[in-house]
Amino acid sequence: MTTPIVLTDPVPVAIRRRAFLPADPLGAAGTLVIVGLILLAILGPVAAPYPLQGTGTANVHEAMLPPGPGHLLGTDQLGRDVLSRIIVGTRNAIGVSFAVVGLAIAIGVPLGAIAGYRRGRIDAVIMRATDLALAFPSLLLAMAIVAALGPGLEHAAIALAISWWPWYTRLSRATAASLRERPFVEAARAIGVSDLRIIFGHIIPNSLSPIIVQATIDIGTVILAAGSLAFIGLGARAPEADWGLMVSEGRTVILDQWWIPTFPGLAIFIAVLAFNLVGDGLRDRFDPRHQR
Amino acid sequence: MVRFLARRLAGSALVLLGLSAITFLLARVIPSNPAAMYIGPKARPDDIARVTHQLGLDRPLPVQYITYVRDVLGGDWGTSIGTKRPVLDEILGRLPATLELIIAAMLIAIPVGIALGVLSARWQGRAPDAIVRIVSIVGVSLPAFWLALLLQILFFRQLHLLPLTGRIDPNLRFSTPISPVTGFFLVDSLLGGNLTAFVDVLRHIVLPAVTLAAYPTGLIARMTRSAMLEALAQDYIRTARAFGLRDRLITYRLALRNALPPVLTVIGLTLAYALTGTFFVEIVFNWPGLGTFTVHALLNVDYPAVMGITLFGAVGYVLINLLVDLGQAWLDPRIRLA
Repeated sequence: MTTPIVLTDPVPVAIRRRAFLPADPLGAAGTLVIVGLILLAILGPVAAPYPLQGTGTANVHEAMLPPGPGHLLGTDQLGRDVLSRIIVGTRNAIGVSFAVVGLAIAIGVPLGAIAGYRRGRIDAVIMRATDLALAFPSLLLAMAIVAALGPGLEHAAIALAISWWPWYTRLSRATAASLRERPFVEAARAIGVSDLRIIFGHIIPNSLSPIIVQATIDIGTVILAAGSLAFIGLGARAPEADWGLMVSEGRTVILDQWWIPTFPGLAIFIAVLAFNLVGDGLRDRFDPRHQR
Repeated sequence: MVRFLARRLAGSALVLLGLSAITFLLARVIPSNPAAMYIGPKARPDDIARVTHQLGLDRPLPVQYITYVRDVLGGDWGTSIGTKRPVLDEILGRLPATLELIIAAMLIAIPVGIALGVLSARWQGRAPDAIVRIVSIVGVSLPAFWLALLLQILFFRQLHLLPLTGRIDPNLRFSTPISPVTGFFLVDSLLGGNLTAFVDVLRHIVLPAVTLAAYPTGLIARMTRSAMLEALAQDYIRTARAFGLRDRLITYRLALRNALPPVLTVIGLTLAYALTGTFFVEIVFNWPGLGTFTVHALLNVDYPAVMGITLFGAVGYVLINLLVDLGQAWLDPRIRLA
């Protein structure tokens, strides 16, 4: 599900001066985590202490070792180093979430900009379609689509993108509708710039800040959703290193080998938290005014 | 209000028609061979030919769609491949367990979320505000299935306080059975004066309900905070302050009431979240509701069941949205008169 944008009030200067916290330490921490995650996603197995185990090679004689010096986060049922598996799994989590949100933006934003700028019949058609797509709970729609396509990471990503784009259509339509009355857009129209160029050259570039805020939060939400799909067996498949799948694989031994599902779940939590913290900070910065 | 209601009902009916079309397309058009899908992985060629004819898959798509809508309206939602029982019976039979869980979760999330949001707004920029901000962001960032596991480790394995899974102790079904009235175990056990069962059911529902409440609580707290801040910045609040009205009266009677419409929207959104969120919670806690049924159906390509649940979830979502709109119109006359 997509988190709606919650807009905060302008903080009077007097209050801001005696604010409890400095600028935004949580947002800064979130940014650091995100940079680290992206690095790990790029490096992949190279960054793992046991690259082969990270990508799936079994190591049965060291199965289910508790966290210790050799294996900081322990080993799983097949003796693979949990830390290495988590590091290798970063690529899935980051890759899928960026791809899904990127795809949703690529579909949703132009549609919304066209609807908001052109108004009239095309607006009505696009927005009815959007309303219809939003009438499904996003994750339920994604689950049904994966079931139709068959389980797998790519299918899960496609399904999530299909159920996510309408949020961006709605968002960019709202900004486009207000931008079209602004003098610079009127000026462009007056000197005969084509609608298409106005939409892609003026409307979309100027409506990016709410979209960036939403995208940041959504990347976290998609990591969560993709993890959930993998957890019930509709996402990545064994022996792939995938956080949601790892939690699912370790679930049966939760009472004895608690580290096997706990740490991959922690990785999901930290990643989602980081994107939410940064998104929240960006929102405060970009949307100082009241907007509904 | 009547005209507003009529307009919204007509809109919902149209959306439902569209939803049935999408569900239909998902099941009949995307899979390369719907009949094979329908029978399941063990389909043989002659079975497929027979089922293709039986389901009317050899007829034109519009005809198939009309038949589908007619069947759905007539209460025939197909037969589950997994359980060999009518899909609608399966769904309705499991609904009370899921609804009881969702209601319990919302009974936690709504008061706690609103209280946290109000607290945060009253202490804007101070320590309570910062703490509530962290709590609410953590709430929306926790994977439900993982939180569920953590709670199981803590309350079952470490503290031996609460049961691991299930909805009721299986032994109680024989020693002090609950007579079914509403299907909600908490309500039924109270109605029957069965206190032993009531306490047991309560102990079983705590962990799943708390897990399911985490996300809604965070979201409601954030929305309440910003809606309260907006309301508190209005001129009439300044006037009220100038007249020397008590702080508590201003916060709760004046500001909170006017902050409620956006909070109601978010409650609707989180209810929709709970509709799918409950699936993951039910899996971990082995809760005998719609979630366990759905996940089983999804994994075993039980197509009639998947179609039924998708449609059912969408209908539920539309109803929630309708109720939210009506609630807003009731809270804010400007909406119903627009």
